[in-house]
Amino acid sequence: MEPLLNVEDLQVSFQTFAGEVAAVRGVSFQVNKGETLVIVGESGGGKSVSMQAIMGILPMPPARIKGGRITYKGEDILSKSDKEMEKYRGKEFAMIFQDSMTSLNPTMRVGRQMTEGIRKHQKVSAQTAKEIAIDMLRQVGLPNPDKIYKRYPHTLSGGQRQRVMIAIAISSKPSLLFADEPTTALDVTMQAQILDIMNQLKKDTGASILLVTHNLGIVAEMADRIAVIYAGQIVETASARELFFHPKHPYTWGLLGAMPGMETDKSTELYSIKGTPPDMFCPPIGCAFAPRCAYCMEACRKEAPEEYREENGHSTRCWLLDERAPKVEAPTAVIPKPLLNEEEVQ
Amino acid sequence: MKKYILRRVIISIVTIWLIVTISFFLVHVLPGNPIAVNSGKILSTETLDKLTEYYGLDRPLSEQYLIYMKNLLHGNLGYSYKYAGQTVNGIIAKTFPVSAQLGLQAYLISIPLGFLFGIIAAKRRGKTVDYLLVGFSALGVSVPVFIVAALLQLIFAVELKWFPVSLWKGFSYTILPTLTLALGSIAGRTRSMRTLMLEIVNEDYVKTAKAKGLSKAVIVWRHQIKNAVIPMIPMMGMELVGILMGSFVVENIFAIPGIGSYFVTSVQALDYTMILGLTVFLGVFVVIANFIVDIIYGVIDPRIRVTK
Repeated sequence: MEPLLNVEDLQVSFQTFAGEVAAVRGVSFQVNKGETLVIVGESGGGKSVSMQAIMGILPMPPARIKGGRITYKGEDILSKSDKEMEKYRGKEFAMIFQDSMTSLNPTMRVGRQMTEGIRKHQKVSAQTAKEIAIDMLRQVGLPNPDKIYKRYPHTLSGGQRQRVMIAIAISSKPSLLFADEPTTALDVTMQAQILDIMNQLKKDTGASILLVTHNLGIVAEMADRIAVIYAGQIVETASARELFFHPKHPYTWGLLGAMPGMETDKSTELYSIKGTPPDMFCPPIGCAFAPRCAYCMEACRKEAPEEYREENGHSTRCWLLDERAPKVEAPTAVIPKPLLNEEEVQ
Repeated sequence: MKKYILRRVIISIVTIWLIVTISFFLVHVLPGNPIAVNSGKILSTETLDKLTEYYGLDRPLSEQYLIYMKNLLHGNLGYSYKYAGQTVNGIIAKTFPVSAQLGLQAYLISIPLGFLFGIIAAKRRGKTVDYLLVGFSALGVSVPVFIVAALLQLIFAVELKWFPVSLWKGFSYTILPTLTLALGSIAGRTRSMRTLMLEIVNEDYVKTAKAKGLSKAVIVWRHQIKNAVIPMIPMMGMELVGILMGSFVVENIFAIPGIGSYFVTSVQALDYTMILGLTVFLGVFVVIANFIVDIIYGVIDPRIRVTK
């Protein structure tokens, strides 16, 4: 089956005064219909940039898409003009941003911010648009939606605003919902509720979700499949279960190991990956993770690793999987303890 | 809202009282005798004493202050020391409308043009139009008014003979001074508006608007401009006051009988009543302008709207 969204070898750079920053260096992934793909990785890895490049909302300049192909429902959307993309944005694609405090226009009432998108894409009367908007506000669990409709964003709390953002995003029933760290700016109880709303939406409308996060707890909650991104490249992709139980890339091991488990208490120091991500002004020649990798070999520094694909869809960019490399097992400590028994989870 | 307005009115009155009182004593600290300065010839000690007594300048300062305040409450700003037989009220009534007309014309040109240029420059960032507008605004801000005035006179009055060189005898006389005054204002506003628009492009809510699939024009018009204008409003209120009060330089160059030159000459002439009268007049304007600005601010930006 053809994937809903197919990204191939996407490359995005930023022109700055100091030179060119290669933010995304050949990212490839697919999102299937009705599936949630989560892209995880640390800050500056190119997660948000990839997403905004697909949406066509990267500020260009300074950003520049240097190469790659993005197809949506079989159509090449990178070659579409900005004007043509307006029909996709808000209709086929919708986006929930990270910071709900700044993502709404402070000088416009909530209602207006909702209906302008609805009227653009659904060609309905002002009255119908209002009804749709209020219904959406109700769907995201806001009490008194007709009151919220008339409010200005500054009178709402962070959680309420993020719900409004979701209401805006789903008001035209998008097939693909982008969520850029949608819960980072919220407190933990609110996080769970927002994730629930998104999962519910997916169930109700069959929409696909492309979620970007650095929070592995959210990954477990949401993901059907996971893509791990590092320094502008996807280093490992697999189904959620496969990735949590059989991680193959040392960077993924590091990420999993850095997650506190149920048995972690104050006395144990949380694991952290040593060092910092590479300077993207001059991307490394070999594997970008090599300088921080405990299993680094000579080949790693000289040449970028190939992608090793398995039949179950698990693919990894790491020289350790080469037949000539020594066999290395994932440290057991990184496998999430509460889930250690794979059969039980099943 | 009523409470808010009442409070603002009281604060305004106190402010004006403070302005008057402080200026009153400051003026009297200035060395020299206004009668001696303005009589035009050397007076005998006797005549000087007599005149000083006649104008009440020999009384204690506190008494003079009370008399001045009493007259002020009746709206009487007193007689000018410099212009024989003329009241300060009369001079203001005669000259202010001239300056106000000139200022208002300049203001009404500079607002739309300044905003428009700023928006165009920001939208065409890095293109030729942008460089031209940025160059224009840098020139407009940095070239002194008297040079602009002289150049306009040379080109449009002396060479092309489209407009009269100077004087104030009808609408065609107002055009060159209006342009002179407006130019600096347009330049400044272009620059601020461009910067603000460029900052706002990076705001998250502009990205949200884009993600909704709105067209570029709608995003600029509906989401960017209003938010960009907010920080400029306080500036615009004060600018209006400044521009209405006339410009010493422009009025002198174009020989316009406006109020601007009195601000300078009255201090040189130790014209106590004139200095104070103008200060009070200006003060009232500033206070009213600030009040209006606050109201407009609230209308545009709901976050600072006064609630009941």
